[in-house]
Amino acid sequence: MGQVAAIGLVAGLLVLLVWKVAGGSESQVEGLRSGKTPPAPGFNLPRLRGDGNISLASYRGKAVVVNFWASWCEPCKAEAPLLEDAWRRYRDRGLVVLGVNSQDLSSDARRFAKQMGWTYPLVRDGPGDILGPYAVAAFPETFFVDRNGKVIGRIDGEVSEDELQSNIERALA
Amino acid sequence: MRWVVVAALIALMLPASASAACPELRSLEGELMCPTCGTTLKLSNAPAANQIRRYVCERAAAGDSKGEIKDKLVADFGPGVLASPPTKGFDLLAWVLPLLALGAGAAVLAGLVVRWSRRREPEPASDGEPSANGRTELDPELEKRLEDELARFE
Repeated sequence: MGQVAAIGLVAGLLVLLVWKVAGGSESQVEGLRSGKTPPAPGFNLPRLRGDGNISLASYRGKAVVVNFWASWCEPCKAEAPLLEDAWRRYRDRGLVVLGVNSQDLSSDARRFAKQMGWTYPLVRDGPGDILGPYAVAAFPETFFVDRNGKVIGRIDGEVSEDELQSNIERALA
Repeated sequence: MRWVVVAALIALMLPASASAACPELRSLEGELMCPTCGTTLKLSNAPAANQIRRYVCERAAAGDSKGEIKDKLVADFGPGVLASPPTKGFDLLAWVLPLLALGAGAAVLAGLVVRWSRRREPEPASDGEPSANGRTELDPELEKRLEDELARFE
């Protein structure tokens, strides 16, 4: 009886280990690359500038460009003008650009946002809690969410103007 | 080639000179995590780690204590920026629970060992009573057969 209990305990721990290893990297946007359009993982994060929170759900009905960035990230600096330009150009058609600052010092992040001249909404996820659900491995990373809250595209690394425009058009369609 | 060697030497000297200019950094580098690489600052040269190094030195120069610097970093990055969890409040559980689990595991293991060792002790034959010297008496028929067998070898 004791042996059975010990074997059961070891088997249970092994199952737990396999589950943790296999499921640890699983994100909610899996399947995007195989043509699926998974729902965008929701979040409710404090604004980087000013008070209050912004939740992704509050933009339902609009297309959203979710851009993950940090002030120490050089490509983030390079793509910054393109994102601001897209926000100004498409917001009347129902687009929101939402910057998510993560794994960064808040003071540096605010300074960076000011230098970049960003006028679109910015939120802060200091510990990087939302990076897992979006499977963000490095900055910058940009997701395109359509009006129904589905992720229809992602760009790993610095965005180009063409990629940005084509994904925005698809999200707004 | 000479320039490559010189550049490498300068690169090697940079962290040392930073530590010399900011002694707090040397003591905190092993206690803080790089948020993007999962190692301590000491083992990382990632941009996020360098940002924290610079911040530590800036705050130390401004007169902040080690504890204050850590608190400010936790406010920005969460408790994951600390290499080991704090020993107060709810985080104390992170220290206590493994010890409790270890103690409980040792108790279970000891219990199982005692149980198994008891089970392996030889049990007296069902029809044989122990003699005065503690040994079990053999069945007379078996004893006679044993003596016969031994006699064959003499």
